[in-house]
Amino acid sequence: MVKNVRLALAERPLFADVSFRVEPGERLAIMGPSGAGKSSLLAYVGGHLLSAFSASGRVILNRRDVTRLPPERRRIGLMFQDDLLFPHFSVGANLAFGLDAAVRGRAARRARVAEALAEAGLAGFESRDPATLSGGQRQRVALMRSLLAAPEALLLDEPFSKLDAEMRADMRRFVFEHTARRGLPVVLVTHDPADAEAAGGRVLTLVGAERP
Amino acid sequence: MRAVNPAARIAYALLGGPILGGLAVTASAAFGYLPALGRTHVSLAPWRRLFAEPGLWPSLRLTASVGFAATLLSLALAFALLARRPGGWLGATLTPLLASPHSAVAIGLAFLIAPSGWIIRLLSPWATGFTAPPDWLTVVGDPQGWALTLGLVVKETPFLLAVGLAALAEVRAEPQTQAARALGYGPARAWWLVVTPQLYARMRWPLYAVLAYSLSVVDMALVLAPSHPAPLSLLALRWLTSPDLAELFPGEAAALLQLALVGAGFAAMRGLEAAASFALDRLARNGRRASMGDGLAPALAMGARAILALGLGSLAALALWAVAWRWPFPRALPQSYSLRLAASEAASLAGPAATTITLAAASAGASLALAVAWLEGEDRLGRRSSSALIFLPLLLPQIAFLFGVEALAAALRWDGGFVAVAWAHGLFVFPYVWLALAGPWRGLDPRYAHAAAALGAGRLKALLRVKLPLLAAPMSLAFAIGVAVSVAQYLSTLFVGGGRVATLTTEALALSSGGDRRLSGVVGLAQALVPLAAYLAAWGVGRRT
Repeated sequence: MVKNVRLALAERPLFADVSFRVEPGERLAIMGPSGAGKSSLLAYVGGHLLSAFSASGRVILNRRDVTRLPPERRRIGLMFQDDLLFPHFSVGANLAFGLDAAVRGRAARRARVAEALAEAGLAGFESRDPATLSGGQRQRVALMRSLLAAPEALLLDEPFSKLDAEMRADMRRFVFEHTARRGLPVVLVTHDPADAEAAGGRVLTLVGAERP
Repeated sequence: MRAVNPAARIAYALLGGPILGGLAVTASAAFGYLPALGRTHVSLAPWRRLFAEPGLWPSLRLTASVGFAATLLSLALAFALLARRPGGWLGATLTPLLASPHSAVAIGLAFLIAPSGWIIRLLSPWATGFTAPPDWLTVVGDPQGWALTLGLVVKETPFLLAVGLAALAEVRAEPQTQAARALGYGPARAWWLVVTPQLYARMRWPLYAVLAYSLSVVDMALVLAPSHPAPLSLLALRWLTSPDLAELFPGEAAALLQLALVGAGFAAMRGLEAAASFALDRLARNGRRASMGDGLAPALAMGARAILALGLGSLAALALWAVAWRWPFPRALPQSYSLRLAASEAASLAGPAATTITLAAASAGASLALAVAWLEGEDRLGRRSSSALIFLPLLLPQIAFLFGVEALAAALRWDGGFVAVAWAHGLFVFPYVWLALAGPWRGLDPRYAHAAAALGAGRLKALLRVKLPLLAAPMSLAFAIGVAVSVAQYLSTLFVGGGRVATLTTEALALSSGGDRRLSGVVGLAQALVPLAAYLAAWGVGRRT
């Protein structure tokens, strides 16, 4: 749940008083023109907002006020249009890096990574270099990496915009299926009305604050 | 047959010829074979003489410990400071430290840390109680080699920082750190596990060059190293420069041992890399998110700032002693200043200064021309020429091949000549000039040249009228870097010049053992000013374009 968020960059307000609530398993799409502050709103929720912004408002996750927590303690996953797989780790190491530390023991951790790869249709890809994967495969690994960290919510910042049209529909289905199965609230920033439609209907449009 | 890049072939011949020839002479002379001196019998006598040297084992121990301590410490300090995301101040701080020759920094550092040096003066008598320089301290030339290690760290940390800043621009550090934090990792652990290994991969060859240099250092060692035991490089140098020609042979054996030591050092570094890579894999896979290096890294970053300050302080100490007239202990600053000494030295320094500047201009200019021809040749061929071999001179200990280069030049009756010395400088200047130019050249948008061609310009015209003017700033920086490398040359000037070519650097090192600080200050300062002027000019060109 996000309450009364206000953002400003260098005294220039981006928007005022944005509030929304996303239930577990529900999806919300945020749309609006470039520069309206969509990505900044997402960064604020995730805790990644640059200090050049001034912001107010509260972010409450499962009755936990996380507004003042650093990103690593919020349990909010994040996916971008770039998959940001770490190029110096294999696919398996990327997933193991993401996997929640609560899963203990090397054998158990390896099994969870293998399971996640199988779910992504990439069984046996553990030792592959991420650079050898296709864009869609990388994006699926990136989603799995986020999910293995056992987040309580997931933010998607135009995650499909670099994929071609056909792949985009597949990827959308893949992402929403997995988040729904885990009952995660999802907030999605997008330019593409098809994304918003696939997200299940709820759309929040940022129009930008009045220019003084 | 595939088309070749003629400039790349020429570069290989100009660099590879002397190096392979020099290594061959060293290797054969180490076994007593040197026809030029009438020795045509292969024997193990040079090795017996070398291993009979009483200080050899302590010397090897000192060499290895100084080399590794300096390299690993410089790397740790550079990584820790890069992890603090230093701002624009860093580039400005690094420039004078990168430009100054190693020997000038060593001389300035000795002024700073000696028992009668500036640091103790600043602390005396109010903190230390000293009214006269303490005589119980051996700081410069201490038997454990700490002063030499410190000197190397002061010079190599800025180099690795400069390399690291360039690497940081290629690594998507911020978004990747953000991704790691969204997965639950704190900022420090995210940085060390995600960003630092990627930086290391790009800093690897420069780091090996630092290791080779630190294991075989001569110029800084002449100022800061102990003499008993002396590092292996100085042992070899003593024999190689002895008036007794018979000593050449154990000297070449020592030079070959130096090469083997650097080879062993590289192997050990590979071992450390394998261990670090294994540990990194474990840390990445166990998923633990606990904080990491939260206390150590900021402390190391403070250490890195202190090292940079020490480097700048060394240059300031040089300048201060150059203009000091009376500076009694323990005053914090000189009592009176005068340019009299500098003025009276100017006459005797004019010759070496002119030689320094012409050698630098010739070797940097020729290297720049060759680098331009190489890169333009690549553009015309449409593919890159392999450049790995041009870094060989930076990865081999100089002493292992430079004496052989001198012997070859002597056989061709070329030794002691200006061209031979400029060529020897070029062995070390060209790799840096090429490296400084290749990135910006290859990064130039090819559409500029296409547009010129569409307007009817031939390739030469497109090069001269479009590419070169667009690349004026990186070309002047590459030239300035080349000047700095040439001015810093000591061993190549000494050996290939047959001891008859005097530059500011050979003069500064000859004076550094003399004990007249004001005189050393004047020469050391002059030595540092030449490359600084080149950097300043490059900066001016960069601003205008």
